[in-house]
Amino acid sequence: MNPGELLSCLGSSSCVVTQLASGLIIGLLLFLVAAGLTLIFGVLGVINFTHGAFYMMGAYFAYTAYGLSDSYAVAVLAGGIGVALLGLVFERFFMRRVYGSNVLMQLLVCYAFILIFDDLVKIVWGPEYKSMGMPDMFRVPPLFLGGGVVPVFYLFLILVSLAIGAALWFVIARTRAGKVVRAAAANPTMLSALGTNTGLVYAGVFALGAGLAGLAGALAAPVRSVSSGMGFSILIESFIVTVIGGMGSIVGALVGALLIGLVRTFGSIGFPLFTDGLMFLFMTIILIVKPSGLFGKDV
Amino acid sequence: MTVRAGGFRRDALIAVAALVVLLALPYLWQSSAMVDFVIRLSAYALLATSLNLLVGYAGMTSFGHGMFFGLGAYALGLSMQRLSIPLPLAMLLSLVFVGLVAVVIGAISVRLKEIYFAFITLAFQMLIYSVIIAWVPLTGGDQGLQGGIPRPPFLGIRLDQTSHLYVFSAVMLVTALLLMRVIAQSPFGYSLRLIRDNVDRASFIGVDVFRIRLTVFVLAAMFGSLGGMILALFVSGAYPEFANWTQSGEAIFMVMLGGTTTFLGPTLGAAILLSLNDVVTRFTEHHGLAMGILILVVVLGLRKGVTDVLAQWWQERKVS
Repeated sequence: MNPGELLSCLGSSSCVVTQLASGLIIGLLLFLVAAGLTLIFGVLGVINFTHGAFYMMGAYFAYTAYGLSDSYAVAVLAGGIGVALLGLVFERFFMRRVYGSNVLMQLLVCYAFILIFDDLVKIVWGPEYKSMGMPDMFRVPPLFLGGGVVPVFYLFLILVSLAIGAALWFVIARTRAGKVVRAAAANPTMLSALGTNTGLVYAGVFALGAGLAGLAGALAAPVRSVSSGMGFSILIESFIVTVIGGMGSIVGALVGALLIGLVRTFGSIGFPLFTDGLMFLFMTIILIVKPSGLFGKDV
Repeated sequence: MTVRAGGFRRDALIAVAALVVLLALPYLWQSSAMVDFVIRLSAYALLATSLNLLVGYAGMTSFGHGMFFGLGAYALGLSMQRLSIPLPLAMLLSLVFVGLVAVVIGAISVRLKEIYFAFITLAFQMLIYSVIIAWVPLTGGDQGLQGGIPRPPFLGIRLDQTSHLYVFSAVMLVTALLLMRVIAQSPFGYSLRLIRDNVDRASFIGVDVFRIRLTVFVLAAMFGSLGGMILALFVSGAYPEFANWTQSGEAIFMVMLGGTTTFLGPTLGAAILLSLNDVVTRFTEHHGLAMGILILVVVLGLRKGVTDVLAQWWQERKVS
């Protein structure tokens, strides 16, 4: 515990800028993962416990694609699209079978796939940690803002995540496809009576949500060590984000993710051993004060 | 459904008979593998059956039940190492400690519905796990509790001898199962079923849903921690894996595999899964892959537990 250090950090602009930048990238990457989780929950009504594994697969796909093509853009696309396809297969062949079943069955199917994915990546890529390395185009001197150090790659991640978030908002709020998705969330029976194939909508939403997790994994690959089991902590964090923001709300996911990102970075200065605890404390307070989350309708 | 009179006497008779069989077993079949298996089964059967109090009876699918298993192991290990008190006292102390933790976690979690409840219990499990990993001076971090757990004799029982530990585990298992059976068949147990089947009706007729859910959450946590204590005594240590999420996943699979609709289903599920685990570890190093595929086959193929199938078959036979 060192609250004094936190205060002295808040007093210097260089420390604030540095922490803010890393808090923002943690938060925004978390937002992409959590947005996928909350989207799937909002429309399908299931919590996808394999979401962390999708994040991990995104990082591994990106690692391999980067090794083959030497292009970060290709790597990110491979992570996003590859995991979207993976999600599609997972939904069509397995998850779809347990929508109507009780939670126990859904949990077990997800549990089985977390075990399978964690083992598969060890078989395919080996048990040791992988490091993708910083792409050449980002190997440039960092920016100095107000005395703080901000790597160019961080700035890029922030902009890309924000752009993806904006695109997601646009698709859901302003396009016909988004309208269908919102209708499926509100009243799937009516939607299918009106002639829309809701099964297809579910599959699409699941693939999109999985793809977002994969995209986040791929984007983060240069600054994270890629390893089996790397998705688990991000699964828990994105759940906490959705509890804070409200399950099913994408705006809530953004706010919650940014909060968690900042709590993590600033909390690690003041309370290094208690950062995880801080997140839970935050979640607990929200659950007591507003159980449906900041932007949620009801639990 | 009515509570059958004399139900307790029948259950107690079955318990005594099971205990006699368990205690006679080592004399009839001298096998150290069997003795080890029964001790481990005692630990995991308690974990699975206590989880089924939540899943099967109360309809609360916890994905974090393993945390209490791990906490029980650590609490017992630490109190034996640091306080040098007799074992029964240490167990009591650990039970109280786990109960208190469960009250706090339960008070936050049990108000949430189904899948939310599953996720928040998982999240709390990861919090406990990360505390165990991070608090190195107390817990030994990822190395686990070092130095072994002292097991001084009490009342002539020497738990450092496997034969004594075997008897101790068997007695613990049967007693705790009987206690849980009594709870499940009590009016309290029937309120659990009522809440599971129709929570609105339960609260309309005046059942305090929150209090009953919290009570069963704490009770299940304490019984689950008893399993962790048996395992800690057996391996003379406590490891972070005891509190890891895979422990909860396995417990859920034990419950589902054995069956949620019969009281002894989870015990059978624990026995099957422990045996399968041994077989899988012997034949492949890809334990996760094999186990994952197995779970998918059972969940998507069988869709219910072994004793569920048997009970259904029994019912149909009686009807026809």
